[in-house]
Amino acid sequence: MTAPVVIFAVGNPSRGDDAIGPELCARLQEWLENQGLADAVELIEDFQLQIEHALDLRGRALALFLDAGAGTTAPFTFEPVVPAEGIAHTTHELPPPAVLQVFRQTEAGDPPPSFVLCVRGENFELGEPLTAAAQAHAESAFALLTRLCSMPKLDFWIDQISPNR
Amino acid sequence: MTYQLETAAHPETLRRVAIDPVSRVEGHGKVTILLDDQNKVHQVRLHIVEFRGFEKFIQGRPYWEVPVMVQRLCGICPVSHHLAASKALDIVVGARKLTPAAEKLRRLMHYGQMLQSHALHFFHLCSPDLLFGFDSDVTKRNIVGVAMAHPETAKRGVLLRRFGQEVIRVTAGKRVHGTGAVPGGVNKSLTIAERDELLQDIYHIVQWSRDAVHLIQKVHTQDPGLYNSFGIFRSNFMSIVGNNGDLDFYHGTLRARDDNGKIIFDHVDYQQYNQYIEEEVRPWSYMKFPFFKSIGKEHGWYKVGPLARVQNCDQISTPFAEHERKEFVDYAGGSPMHAPLAYHWTRMIEMLHAAEVIKELLHDDDLLSDDLMVQGERQLEGVGVIEAPRGTLFHHYQVDENDVVTMANLIVSTTNNNQAMNEAIRHVARRYLHGREVTEGLLNHIEVAIRAFDPCLSCATHALGKMPLEVELVDPEGQVVHALSRA
Repeated sequence: MTAPVVIFAVGNPSRGDDAIGPELCARLQEWLENQGLADAVELIEDFQLQIEHALDLRGRALALFLDAGAGTTAPFTFEPVVPAEGIAHTTHELPPPAVLQVFRQTEAGDPPPSFVLCVRGENFELGEPLTAAAQAHAESAFALLTRLCSMPKLDFWIDQISPNR
Repeated sequence: MTYQLETAAHPETLRRVAIDPVSRVEGHGKVTILLDDQNKVHQVRLHIVEFRGFEKFIQGRPYWEVPVMVQRLCGICPVSHHLAASKALDIVVGARKLTPAAEKLRRLMHYGQMLQSHALHFFHLCSPDLLFGFDSDVTKRNIVGVAMAHPETAKRGVLLRRFGQEVIRVTAGKRVHGTGAVPGGVNKSLTIAERDELLQDIYHIVQWSRDAVHLIQKVHTQDPGLYNSFGIFRSNFMSIVGNNGDLDFYHGTLRARDDNGKIIFDHVDYQQYNQYIEEEVRPWSYMKFPFFKSIGKEHGWYKVGPLARVQNCDQISTPFAEHERKEFVDYAGGSPMHAPLAYHWTRMIEMLHAAEVIKELLHDDDLLSDDLMVQGERQLEGVGVIEAPRGTLFHHYQVDENDVVTMANLIVSTTNNNQAMNEAIRHVARRYLHGREVTEGLLNHIEVAIRAFDPCLSCATHALGKMPLEVELVDPEGQVVHALSRA
């Protein structure tokens, strides 16, 4: 059975603060299992978003894109995201609005309500560990993630949107 | 084969145009073009700015960690690094010949990777250029634009990608960070349920791959003036070939031909690759420039990847792809095709071959066997080579008595194509930019030439906000006089 919530955790564990997504994914998986919520939330980890991730949005009530960000307001931003046309993109970053748009075009319907949790990173070099700042940002983000997973309702998620976005 | 336009005589007097980073190319790429006051082109260079630290990342690690950790070098083709490293470390553990089950399971994983990577490139990266034109509205020139104008084409691209990813998942154990291949073999076989699930879809996949070949063949042959000449340059080419000269992505011996198709070397055991290939360092690029030692660095560079492989082999073992190879060879008129845009056509022939091989393998009961590992006399050094989606990939390791990697040397596909890509963009710059006002559409011509090679610049960092495309025109005093940006 398809879990009503899907979370895409994006990043490379060996690229410094790009590991924020995978680190939070592993931690959240354990938390979900301890809370008995593993069937309610599907976690999908990958290096980057790509066109086929649109298919993982099928049958969901809510979707969350979790990623590290360069230049993001610290410690993180949490925002809704909608399909968008005309986005030029690179292969490393098919942005969440483009994934949603691919869903709309290939599935002939609207994707589920979707959000982006973007956690600020500082250093993205190969072979480097998470910076102390990124660890602190990830800690704050994890608290939000547990709230979101405990209350997978659209109204509640909207209430969590970052102020001054 | 010249280095014309590599270095201008008096760069201090010229305007500089930078395409930074190149869009829809994996990793960080930058093109710089130096123009004079009449917009005449004096220097063109493709810079790879994120190519440091691979070997350092690997050295000092226990060898058994390497096949998993090298996947993190590249977010686009992790399976290629996983298998090349595993093959090199097979030699280290004395496993020169794997069990039939292990080799077929690895081959299935690799051909799944080829399928999904080629599908991504064709449907996602290059089809916007091919279906809309190089000068088309930039806001439509992407996969979303393709999906709006050609919904069935776009949907097939998504489903081909997903199928290839499923092949990888069942053979590697996970969608990413898989551990399927280990030195000496593999650590899991397929279950009957996994095999049957893939069998349900494979016939559609083969048919869609055939359709994709016919689509690009039609696009190419309808405009021969463009497709046979855009960015064209002549060069040597190289790949591994399998038994009997077959196209083989997983294993074989090295073969190289000159620009007329004459054999330079053949049947070369890749354990001795460094007796045939040398890498030149140039001060303006992090990426090295490989060349054949026997010819020398000025004329010994070469191209790799689909255009090289399809013309380097003697035949393809699967019927539909072999038919399409013959069509391509006939179209080329009996001599090698060097046009960069022909990469797209040959890439789709390879995708079809990958689909056919996957179909054959799924009917082979060896995939269900538990005879997965071998080992022999421990060695201190090993080389692994595969044909990755973008071309020949070398992994070379030395491992000490404590099982620690003391030396690592990687020649990735894009490095093998370094000089070839530089030559392609110089020809495009000379043909399309020389003496003209620079526009976004013209700059996209440069990117079209680069994308034909499907370069992977091996940067798996993709953090949100890090990848705009910026183009700056800078005058001789260093002042920005014009800027374009694709956020």
